[in-house]
Amino acid sequence: MSADNSNNNHSDVLISVRDLCKHYKGDIRALDGISTDIKKGEVVVIIGPSGSGKSTFLRSLNLLERPTSGHITFEGIDITSPENDINKYRQKMGMVFQHFNLFPHLTIIDNMTLAPRKLLKMNKVDAETKARELLAKVALEDRADAYPSQLSGGQKQRIAIVRALCMSPDVLLFDEPTSALDPEMVGEVLDVMKDLAKTGMTMAVVTHEMGFAREVGSRVIFMDEGKIIEEGTPEEIFDHPQNDRLKTFLAKVL
Amino acid sequence: MYNSILAHRVCLALPAWLAKLKDEFYINFVAEDRYKYLVKGLWMTLKITFFAVLLGIALGVIAAIIRSTHDKTIEEMRPGFGKGLLIVLNALVKLYLTVIRGTPVVVQLMITYYIIFASSTNTLLVAVLAFGINSGAYVAEIIRSGIMSIDNGQFEAGRSLGFNYIQTMIYIIIPQAFKNVLPALANEFIVLIKETSVSGYVGIQDLTRGGDVIRSRTFVAFMPLLAVAGIYLIIVVFFSKMVSILERRLRNSER
Repeated sequence: MSADNSNNNHSDVLISVRDLCKHYKGDIRALDGISTDIKKGEVVVIIGPSGSGKSTFLRSLNLLERPTSGHITFEGIDITSPENDINKYRQKMGMVFQHFNLFPHLTIIDNMTLAPRKLLKMNKVDAETKARELLAKVALEDRADAYPSQLSGGQKQRIAIVRALCMSPDVLLFDEPTSALDPEMVGEVLDVMKDLAKTGMTMAVVTHEMGFAREVGSRVIFMDEGKIIEEGTPEEIFDHPQNDRLKTFLAKVL
Repeated sequence: MYNSILAHRVCLALPAWLAKLKDEFYINFVAEDRYKYLVKGLWMTLKITFFAVLLGIALGVIAAIIRSTHDKTIEEMRPGFGKGLLIVLNALVKLYLTVIRGTPVVVQLMITYYIIFASSTNTLLVAVLAFGINSGAYVAEIIRSGIMSIDNGQFEAGRSLGFNYIQTMIYIIIPQAFKNVLPALANEFIVLIKETSVSGYVGIQDLTRGGDVIRSRTFVAFMPLLAVAGIYLIIVVFFSKMVSILERRLRNSER
């Protein structure tokens, strides 16, 4: 019902965020009235100084952080409403973490097939076939039976990405995916993300990699003090910044 | 010449010493098939321990999940029925832990037997319940420490894939927590084997009581009691060994 509704209004909007606020005790405003739309196929890159609320914003999109107020609509459904079972919608919103968060007690193939088998009720053969195809895409098909502790950081993050892809999500959320990596491993992870963007995957990426933001981002959001200060195409943000805070920030990081 | 005298003396001395031991052994274990007290007692001890461990782990896991869920999520939870239920459950679990860990297991056993199940004649069931409920309180704290030791990122990864809280616990958190606390759990199991030795208080014929029955028949304490101690020791050493093998296997799986 509501899916039809959204199709009529704005068919290409995947996630719609309205007046999102997150307050902690002592009147700390991690998020202070965020509103934006993420369209299908878009790569939205969120930048900003540390403590600006960009990770909190990203983690609110699948309600890992419970917003204090405001609404998030995903595929036409208000997921912030208590009646809607968030677990169902999280299956369609993959997430990649700064610290990978692979399951250390499971092999790579089991890491990847756990959720499809238990949640999508895929049978073992189908789930593993799909997982191996994805592993081949990130050139790790020979590590299927390894344990996470046997992999390098870059390999772990590539596995984390394909683990999320095993659920066939409609959007992938990246929370500083390269920040915990040794510098020589950043490239291999960004390459996987670039390939993914080319396939038309909708992505929201919190990152400090300005090169990636400029090259791959279809839209860049600059946040500070829990607010969206400026947003636009990479050219607008990086070449013609308007806001002083954005200019100061770019002067520091570029 | 001298050697032969010495040899002769030793030959004379040994049989007397041995003969006494042999007599004692005979009267304590062979006569009237008294060894059966130990065999049956051992079987009873193992039965009580086995079922009490199962009950203890089941209760312990449930109590640990309630406690850690409360501690981890209560501040984030929206007000409502779920939150109220969790607060009540957590209070009940805390009461359980306090009462069980604050009173001696013998007293708990006697209360279970003479008060709660006063009309029951199934002593095995009474013992399993009493020791299982007792063990559950200790297992709960062990498992809870294991759950709290798992990085929160594991929770978030599970939830972000779409698992609900309980599924995340079952598939992701508990297996890791269990592995981390296996040595402590094994220790609890070993303690439990020995704790069941007070079963005699409610008339259960366990291993300890079996040895004591022999002593009361033969009026010789040495052999039956040392036999009982020896059997406990062998069981405990055996299980310790099994656990260390299991631990090594689990550790290998991650390397």
